[in-house]
Amino acid sequence: MSVAVTTLDIPAAPAIDRSAALCVHCGAPIPGDAAGAFCCGGCASAYAFVRELGLQRYYDARSLDPRERRPRPPEDPADDASAYTVSGTDGTTSLSLLVDGLHCAACVWLIEQVLARDPAVISARVNLTSRRLALHWTGGSEIAPRLIQAVQRVGYRTVPFDAAQQGGASDEERALLRAVAVAGFATANVMLLSVSVWAGFPGEMGPATRDLMHWVSALIALPSIAYAGQPFFQSAFISLRAWRTNMNVPISIGVALAAAMSLWETARSGEHAYFESVVMLLFFLLLGRYLDRRARGRVRSAAEHLVRFAQVPATLLAADGSTRRMPSASLKPGDTVLIATGERIPADGQVTVGFSSLDRSLVDGETMPAPVGPGSDVLAGMLNLSAPLRMLVTTVGERTYLAEVVRLMEAAERGRGRLVALSDRVARRYAPAVHLLALATFLGWALAGPWQVAVLNAVAVLIITCPCALGLAVPVVQVVASNRLFRRGILLKSATALERLAEVDTVVFDKTGTLTLGRPELRGDYAVDAGDLELASGLAARSHHPLSRALRRAAPQAAALEDVQEYAGRGLSRAVAGGEVRLGSRQWCGITDAESDGHADAELWLVAPGRAPAHFRFHDALRPDAAAVVARLRVLGKRIMVLSGDRPAAVRAVAESLDISDWHAGVSSAEKFRALEHLADGGAKVLMVGDGLNDGPALAAARISMSPSTAVDVCQTAADIVFQRASLRPVLDALDVARRSGLLIRENIGFAILYNAAAVPLAMAGLVTPLLAAAAMSCSSILVVANSLRLGRAR
Amino acid sequence: MSGLLFLIPIALAMGLAGLLVFLWALRSGQYDDLDGAAGRVLFDDPPAGPVGPVNPSQQTRSTPS
Repeated sequence: MSVAVTTLDIPAAPAIDRSAALCVHCGAPIPGDAAGAFCCGGCASAYAFVRELGLQRYYDARSLDPRERRPRPPEDPADDASAYTVSGTDGTTSLSLLVDGLHCAACVWLIEQVLARDPAVISARVNLTSRRLALHWTGGSEIAPRLIQAVQRVGYRTVPFDAAQQGGASDEERALLRAVAVAGFATANVMLLSVSVWAGFPGEMGPATRDLMHWVSALIALPSIAYAGQPFFQSAFISLRAWRTNMNVPISIGVALAAAMSLWETARSGEHAYFESVVMLLFFLLLGRYLDRRARGRVRSAAEHLVRFAQVPATLLAADGSTRRMPSASLKPGDTVLIATGERIPADGQVTVGFSSLDRSLVDGETMPAPVGPGSDVLAGMLNLSAPLRMLVTTVGERTYLAEVVRLMEAAERGRGRLVALSDRVARRYAPAVHLLALATFLGWALAGPWQVAVLNAVAVLIITCPCALGLAVPVVQVVASNRLFRRGILLKSATALERLAEVDTVVFDKTGTLTLGRPELRGDYAVDAGDLELASGLAARSHHPLSRALRRAAPQAAALEDVQEYAGRGLSRAVAGGEVRLGSRQWCGITDAESDGHADAELWLVAPGRAPAHFRFHDALRPDAAAVVARLRVLGKRIMVLSGDRPAAVRAVAESLDISDWHAGVSSAEKFRALEHLADGGAKVLMVGDGLNDGPALAAARISMSPSTAVDVCQTAADIVFQRASLRPVLDALDVARRSGLLIRENIGFAILYNAAAVPLAMAGLVTPLLAAAAMSCSSILVVANSLRLGRAR
Repeated sequence: MSGLLFLIPIALAMGLAGLLVFLWALRSGQYDDLDGAAGRVLFDDPPAGPVGPVNPSQQTRSTPS
């Protein structure tokens, strides 16, 4: 949550302030043709509803977060939540919803208050961290739509989910926090006793008192170690059983041996009891692990959130004419599905009724919309642009294009092999070295004197080398780095993403939707008559076709014209005095004699009585900072490639404007996957950036992959990193943070090794006392953490 | 030194009490939404529901204002 509070100054009756021209409800700029203080009818109705409930304090208290979706009421109806409701035994029902567009605590307050005013609601609680709404009401599941609509009406999108399935991660986090608490309690209390021993013995304190202190310490420490050490012991056991070692093996051995030896020393009334070192070690390590888990859990739930909202629900038309919203995964062949304008096709099939045009860019990278009519085959993932369609589902599940892409992705995941985290690679060499040193110490001392002294010194070596600094070095850097990226809207989904990102030498981009915005824009490089543009924009105001939208963006101030007819795949027309105004394709406007210059751009023509025909050309505009990002990547010495499914002419235009010589057009998803494999065989470490269905296998095959949050859900699932901005800058940010955190991790490991090089000879010489061990351990841990925190502060 | 015989148990009991309070707070869900809890205090309306996971046995009816 941001600290800065942007207070919107709202008068009791919304006055029209054209200078600010921001919607009173959602804060979006008000388009030219909208009347009043609102950007759309939904916002006006939301504002009225909030005032009617007496909750207008919301507008004073909220602070809009620019990264979040604006609280504009969604146009599409809510999904059917009946499959997710849980009925209680006492006639009550509960439901869990993911909420999209939560900005701050005021949003939480508004939603809870709106729901609390419904007489059926027993409790409604929004969790701002996990963005979930837990609803509980008296009555059956038939009330759910009413409650969901109330939330949607004030501007939030919701998706139901199964709460029982999602419980695992947070339970684990809680168990870890409990272990941290127990270890912290033990550390504080054992340290209290140990400090008094260090201060008082040998001196006023007699051996009997010291033994009492040791026994009390053992009483606190041993149960705490048995409880709080479990996360390490379990992981070490699993790893050893598979004949591998990881970081937890040396930790577990060190902890167990030190505890056992301290107990033995206490029993024979010796002075070498290391209880405080052991519990402190556990406390520091658990703290690092808890922070790591928490940061990752937050990122994972954010990523899950994005994927859920990217999933397509389908509108099923039943035999009796009724409609039902359902997940597209539960469609069957032979089902009839309605696809409204602006919706994605939920499954592969055939159009039965309606003419429209489809945006195929997410399926094959092609930017030009394709016209479809009855009998046309359509693939899941295409976007319906101009008119409602009815389609028959022909294939679902295994045989769809989507399923084929998913199969390729799974194959790619297997080919990637098991990546070993850096800390585990270090542990693999570190653990045997330490254990050999301890053995050497034991043998050396055993030859010289009694075996008890030899054991004592060998265990001292293990304690002093216990990889506290190593165990903290990697997780703390990871936490700081992932938080830093999270604040910039970059979600690291994989634990080893940073390490892999740091070694990237080749960057492969998809074109449509990645380098470009994935939507046509009016070209600005040739003259257009302002009157023509205004007329065309007015005609196009009500159309969802991407070219119409582009005209609106080019001239948003034009007043929308009424009585415009839309003919799918051809164009728009409006009757005027003296004939007809037409906006659309060359054929639709009857242009036959105009020059055909063979350009690759999409075009629209405008004809009107008494005017010369006007011509609009569109192109898929680059992301605003694409050129700067590509130039910077080149300076960093990365090889840059473009792999696109679009036509060669379009790809060449983009590649040349970015000065990229290595481009390939018309590449299918399988070919992209093979190209990535070929690069990997050649030793290249590839970062793949893509958003389309056809990029899925390539994303999975690359060493590391990124996807914008506008990508289809399978891509977001496959990508290691998801970024949320309209710019490409996150690619640079992520590379930069990865490089610097890689450096910090190496520094930390180097420091830990240096510390050991100094401390181990002391331990081998038998000079380490419990006081020295505790001081060395806490100092090295604090140094490593302080060094890691530099990453969060820099710039 | 005989003071230790009751000072140590007192110190331990106090530490243990703190630990138990923390574990109780954790169990009752007070650490589930740290971001939301920080902002909730700014709104003085009656709470819309009990703190903690939705569990029908713990529900109390909220007062519509």
